[in-house]
Order: sequence, then structure tokens, then C-alpha cells
Amino acid sequence: MRDVAVMGVGMTKWGELWEKSLRNIFVETALQALDDAGIDKIDSMHVGSMSSGLFVGQEHIASLLTDYLGVNPIPCSRVETACASGGLALRTGFMEVACGMSDVVLVGGIEKMTDVSGSEATYALGSAADQEYEGYHGITFPGLYALIAKAHMEKYNTTREQLAQVAVKNHSNGSLNPLAQFPFKVTVDKVLNSVMIADPLRILDCSPITDGAAAAILCPVDMVKQKGKPVIKVTGSGHATDSIALAHRDDITWLEATYQAGKKAYGMADKKPQDIDVLEVHDCFTIAEICVLEALGIVEKGKGGEAVEKGLSSLDGKIPVNTSGGLKAKGHPVGATGIAQVIEIVKQLRGEGEKRQVKDARVGMTQNMGGSGGSTLVHIFEKE
Amino acid sequence: MSLPSRYWREIPQRYRLEAYKCQNCGAVHFPPRLVCSKCQSRKMEKIRLSGRGQIVSFTIIRVPPHQFEDQAPYAVGLAELEEGIKLTAQIVDCPFEELKTGMKVKVEFRKVFQQGESGILCYGYKFVPE
Ligand SMILES: [Zn+2]
Repeated sequence: MRDVAVMGVGMTKWGELWEKSLRNIFVETALQALDDAGIDKIDSMHVGSMSSGLFVGQEHIASLLTDYLGVNPIPCSRVETACASGGLALRTGFMEVACGMSDVVLVGGIEKMTDVSGSEATYALGSAADQEYEGYHGITFPGLYALIAKAHMEKYNTTREQLAQVAVKNHSNGSLNPLAQFPFKVTVDKVLNSVMIADPLRILDCSPITDGAAAAILCPVDMVKQKGKPVIKVTGSGHATDSIALAHRDDITWLEATYQAGKKAYGMADKKPQDIDVLEVHDCFTIAEICVLEALGIVEKGKGGEAVEKGLSSLDGKIPVNTSGGLKAKGHPVGATGIAQVIEIVKQLRGEGEKRQVKDARVGMTQNMGGSGGSTLVHIFEKE
Repeated sequence: MSLPSRYWREIPQRYRLEAYKCQNCGAVHFPPRLVCSKCQSRKMEKIRLSGRGQIVSFTIIRVPPHQFEDQAPYAVGLAELEEGIKLTAQIVDCPFEELKTGMKVKVEFRKVFQQGESGILCYGYKFVPE
């Protein structure tokens, strides 16, 4: 296997982009990644999208996107594993470069979510759960994570305030990220008084509906060196699955797929949780960040709530988590999220984190999760 | 809108709580599955669940999907049945303030929601306090 590096990244401002179409959001972002890499030719593309079919009624976006990026006839695949589709695009591109099939691969993610009404968006997102045995009974995504939150609170004495502190931290980080959808701070009080969605989760515990894309260029490490660019290597990649239905897990507070994907990535990169300097995780809901830190071994089982309360995961903490603002503040265009996490880590490792730069960051990690935890991708990046 | 076949093929599970029990390791699977997720055996026997269990976790849905708009707010829970398996369903006939984890419930046959403008009624199971 060849060593693989990220040569360029691209991401435009996220939000409710009424005036922009799916294809144009993607193309603008992809062009930015090409310019950042300083190249004009790619060998292939992999693009994550959870549900372009339900959100804009458009399937077959692989060829739509190569066509409008002006790169036909290169091969392109659209990959899908719900909210982890972006992470899967990264892994697919990584494997293609590592094995030598291609030299320069664009990996991206896109979701255009605001062309449908709120309840249609809720329905589309709900299709990441078991439609026949979860959705059929009226449970929503906030509802599934609410079941996890309730169980975590009872089992480990995790508090309602600790959940709110995840949102406070991520919005504080997001206020320093000009590309974030909601770059403003919130307080614990504001979270605790926001509208109830699915008890105990309130609207400020939930990631938003977002239009956005992200793209990165992967290539062999030698090529980046020849170009004299900063070398950010992909040194670990893990991908794992779990039951699609929450009910079928022995312990609903434990994210086994995240644990398994993390174990693979740590093993491949020969790293331990304490080696990670900066971490982007899938905080689709505040409780998710707490459970993910436990499953990745950053903290012990049941201690995720304490981690945020004691400042372990703050920007100036021992392991800063979601310096980008996370899904919570940056936004969550589902298919794009996994690649946007990579972009934040690459910026941090290059020292381009601006006001949210983590000092001396050399090793970064991303965790991108589908559904209520039925699929997860974990990647580790290192600055050479 | 799906054709009726999508609905009626789930009837044995939804109306009668039919499950599969692995003949190799004894694991119970609901809904039925062709391969045991514990031991990969393909030998299954059909059983009917007792329909008795207790609530493991619950929530109150305040922002529902469109087909449940007329019902919100409503409670949904995970219950572990006597056979050791968990399932997801609405918890009804119970005021929200009396909901708690560990509460004993039984599974009852109820209308779940009404589909589309033609108003097709979709049935299944719900949890009620015992
Ligand atoms: Zn078995």
C-alpha cells in the first residue's frame, strides 16, 4: 500500500442556500479544493450523499457532478451510508490511491436539504432508521437519540446540564469559524429553555438542516512532497457497522460501530487515544458527542458528560473536540459532514485554524456516524 | 405511496408478534430474520412473543413525521420483553408524568397511524401499562 496524503481541501459557507442548486454548491466547493491543491486534473471521484433522491428528487448524481465539474469521462461513484456517507467517500478514495489504481482522487460530500419542507426533511432523515420497525411507530431521529440520552442519564448520572455544555462548547468554537451556519455563542440557560423536540432533547441539542458541500484531494505522499506542499498523511482508516435498529443493541448507550472503527483506525496508525491532538466527532445531537468520546476511548465508559463539564474537550482542553463548531454550529448537510470534518483537521494540522487553532497539533482524528450508530467511519491524520 | 404488499407482508409480526427462535443458540429475533445474528445459524423456529415486558427508555415526540402530525405529542419507548428482546413502539393509555423506566407494560394491538389522503389505517402494536 502507498502512503496517501490530503493535497487540497475546499468548503464554502454553509447554511440555507436558497439561491444555489445541488450541482452548483458541489462544483464551487470542488473547484476550491482543486485550486487549493494547485492541480487541474483528477483521475476519479467519490461523492457521499445520503439522500439526494428524497431531498431533491435526483439520483445518479455521480455523473451529474462530473458533468458539471467538466471532468467527464473520469469515473465517479456516489456512496451512501446515511450521515456517514462523506466518511465513506474518503475511505473509498483512500483505498483507491493507496492500492495504486489512481493517483489523484477527489473525495467529496453534498446535501441540499432546504428544497423540501421541514416535515419532508424529517421523513428523509428518518429513512436512516429501520423504516418498518422504528419509523413505522412514529419515532424520529431526535427521538432515537433521546432514548439514548435518557438511558445514559439513568445509567451514568449524566446531567441535563452536561448535554447543554456540549452545545455551548461547540457553538463557542463555531463562533470562530466563518464558514459555520450558526457562528454564534449560546449559554446553558438558552439551551435549557429552547423548544423541546423529544424529551429530554431540545432544539439546541440538535444539529440543523443545512445546504452544503465539502471536497478534498487525495494523492500519494510523494506527489505532495514534489509540489512542496504541507504533508498531511491519512494514516488510519476504520469502518464498522452495527444493527440499524437501536432496539437490537444490547446496551443502547454504547456505540459499538464507533468502538470497532476506532480500534481499526488506531491499529492501522499505531496510535492510542491519548496521542490524538485534535478531534472532530459526529455531534448530530449533544448526547452523541458524549457517547462517541466513550466509544473512542478518549474517556472511560460513562464519563463523557464529565469530559465536557471539566473542559477536557474545550478548545484549550487536553483534547479539543469539534473545533470547527461540530455539526451543531457548523451545520449538518448529511452527506458532506464526513468530508468537512477532514477539512477542519487538515486546517488544524497545517496551522491554518486561525482563531481556533490548536497549538502544535500533529495528530488529528475524525469520527463520522450514520443513523443512530449503525455505521461509523474513523480516520487518523498526521502532519509529517 | 407503497403498494399494499409492503404492509401485509409484515402482518404476522405486527398483528401476532411472530418471532423466530434460533434452534442452535436459542436467541430470539423480532422481527424474524433468516440468519441468526448471534451464531449465524439458519435454523429457526417460529414462536409468538408473550407481549409482556418493561420499559428500558422512553421519550415524548413533540415534532413528528407528517403521518403522525395528528397524534403529537406522543410517547415512544423501548421495552424489553420476557424473551429478552427489545422492541420500539408508542406507549399509550399512560399520562406522560407517570412514564418511567422499569415500568411494566404489555403489548396491545392498536391502530398506529392513518396513511395518506385515502386514509388507509395502519395497525400494529403499542405498549400499555400493566
Ligand atoms: Zn443463534
